[in-house]
Amino acid sequence: MYKYTQEQLDSMKKVEATRQERLNNLFARMSADEKQTVLKENHPDYIETAYEELKVGPNKGGKVLHELADLLQGKSRVLDMDIDLSKPDYDVDVLVIGGGGAGSSAAIEADNAGAKVMMVTKLRIGDANTMMAEGGIQAADKPNDSPAIHYLDAFGGGHFAAKHELLYKLVNDAPDAIKWLNELGVMFDKEADGTMITTHGGGTSRKRMHACKDYSGAEIMRTLRDEVLNRGIPVVDFTAAIEIIKDVEGKAAGAVLMNMETKDIYVAKAKTVIIATGGAGRLHYQGFPTSNHYGATADGLVLGYRAGAKLLYADTLQYHPTGVAEPTQIFGALVTEKVRSLGAQLVNKDGQAFVYSLETRDVTASSIIRECKKRDNGIKTTDGEGVWLDTPMIDMIGGEGTIEKRIPAMLRMFGKYGIDIRKDPILVYPTLHYQNGGLDISADGMTTTVPNLFVAGEAVGGIHGRNRLMGNSLLDIIVFGRNAGKSVGKIYKDIEVKELTLDHVKAFDKELKDAGINATKLSPQLLPNYTKQKDI
Amino acid sequence: MENLVNVYFFGKKYQVPESLTIMKAMEYAGYQLVRGCGCRNGFCGACSTIYRIKGQTELHACLACQQKVENDMYVATLPFFPLVKQVYDIEKIKPTEQIMMQLYPEIYACIGCNACTKSCTQGLNVMQYIAYAQRGEYEKCAEESFDCVMCGVCSSRCPAGISHPQVAELSRRLYGKYIAPETQHLIDRVKEIEDGKYVELIETLMNKPIEELKELYNNREIEK
Repeated sequence: MYKYTQEQLDSMKKVEATRQERLNNLFARMSADEKQTVLKENHPDYIETAYEELKVGPNKGGKVLHELADLLQGKSRVLDMDIDLSKPDYDVDVLVIGGGGAGSSAAIEADNAGAKVMMVTKLRIGDANTMMAEGGIQAADKPNDSPAIHYLDAFGGGHFAAKHELLYKLVNDAPDAIKWLNELGVMFDKEADGTMITTHGGGTSRKRMHACKDYSGAEIMRTLRDEVLNRGIPVVDFTAAIEIIKDVEGKAAGAVLMNMETKDIYVAKAKTVIIATGGAGRLHYQGFPTSNHYGATADGLVLGYRAGAKLLYADTLQYHPTGVAEPTQIFGALVTEKVRSLGAQLVNKDGQAFVYSLETRDVTASSIIRECKKRDNGIKTTDGEGVWLDTPMIDMIGGEGTIEKRIPAMLRMFGKYGIDIRKDPILVYPTLHYQNGGLDISADGMTTTVPNLFVAGEAVGGIHGRNRLMGNSLLDIIVFGRNAGKSVGKIYKDIEVKELTLDHVKAFDKELKDAGINATKLSPQLLPNYTKQKDI
Repeated sequence: MENLVNVYFFGKKYQVPESLTIMKAMEYAGYQLVRGCGCRNGFCGACSTIYRIKGQTELHACLACQQKVENDMYVATLPFFPLVKQVYDIEKIKPTEQIMMQLYPEIYACIGCNACTKSCTQGLNVMQYIAYAQRGEYEKCAEESFDCVMCGVCSSRCPAGISHPQVAELSRRLYGKYIAPETQHLIDRVKEIEDGKYVELIETLMNKPIEELKELYNNREIEK
């Protein structure tokens, strides 16, 4: 049994006492105006002091969070190095930077097109946020659904800011993405007759969340990894890309690579480059804990930006409503939205529900912050405060065994600390989860300003707008990963790489100096530094 | 001040707060991790670790990101283990008993010692799923092994040299692709999209003014 404080135990009793009543009375959804108000007054994206104006680069004058600005306007690692670009260590058609779901999907499709592909990753293939996506993947494949309905859900959920051409691709290619994964052997949850078992996610108007229990991302990632290895696509692991190389015509033409252990430097020449480096949770924006992978440090944004690619919506982040607030050992870890899809409610210290459980993520997270900070209805925890997520409701709604069958990873994660989520509710608080913004691309996956530089996955901005619905991220890494792979597959044969150069890096550094910035922080950051700390 | 405990990383003693996981304790001690650290949430299997408590004979296996430190804990990380991964073409193989014999014949050399199950960091019945694989019962093997994070600890303890996580991976892919029932509504929808059925519908939507889209969104019908 986990050692809760007396205050926590007393509050837990109140949650228990109101459970039956809450079961029969769902909390009402918010109106559009109520949503706007709770967001403006509570969402971290609206805290102006957390932001600063960029002084150089393609988004000069735009605002990003301080932590990202420090890296975008940081010091390149290659400036003090003597690198001979005339003798590349690798020469390929397609260089994929990043070993997650987007990078792997891109590599497989480029391989299908006959290209010579190489993946580089600073950790191992599969060490990625993809592996940790629990809840599911959206696709409008049921008879009562359509890509158009999916489009409206995602467009509204993203506050009407998504790039039309990208969202169109996302929803229209979604069913085929599921089919592709299924044919690779991904084990989706199905009824005996083959019908997909689908649920709601926050902000969906149809039940289109496909899942592989609550290991959805892990099941997809391990299958893609197995496929990459089966095809013999070279994966250079523990090797980070530290700068994009261009040719003298200004086209992307490779990357400078660094062995993470020996610090040896390599030059990779490539006809096309795909940035698939994922998100940025490990930058701990505004001091938030994160549900993200160890390597989520916005490297791709820095690489792309310095090479001249534009950012879109880099100022907007997703704080997942339900990160673990207690136990402290897993503070910030993700509690999948599926827990709410299956019926668990969010409840305050007095046992009262305070928000409809499946509002969009930003609205739900803002409501939790309001409940704790403004209304003083939170429960104190080791690391701060939180609210209850009433998990025992799941088995009451879905029948005994639902938790065990549908969210085994959650049962296990809390079980390790003596908490049985079938019997007792759990404490949660928003955690930094997803980078809504990223590099700006066209529908073919290429950046809008740097030829032959492609982006896929979380490093892309604009697919979802200013917020993202659950299950649309696993979908986007597959759709846009495959898309980038197919796009480079069509063009690589006609590309002739001219002389390689890193002059753009020197020019960027000069721009920094001219703007009065004396950059000292090395970027991309590559890994967070947690040594000698005990609080993250 | 929080209680400190003695832990030994690769034999060297450090004092760390007792509430930390092994991974955070290593960082607290000053290790900047490159290997042996991944999702930090128990999903990726990067941080396989073995430990023994001083004075006890039993050897434990765990994920460093999930296991709390204990006093007098001797810790060695296992950031890489040479699993055997056989290469195959998923389109050409079939879910027959022969395929296992062909790709992973060593599973038939299992001596039933159960060391794999005892060491599993996810608490899975590893020996049982290997038995299912031996018999070509891929659905059972896939279900039994589903929560595997492929950390490789089981294989490090196996006297028969079996690469259990890879056997399980093959079984899951065979099941997912060939044995699980086909999804007709998915096949139908993909066909409709290929035929361009939704192009006009989405394009009409895309071309509407934002105010009209907001109206549609805020009043859309939501499935119960």
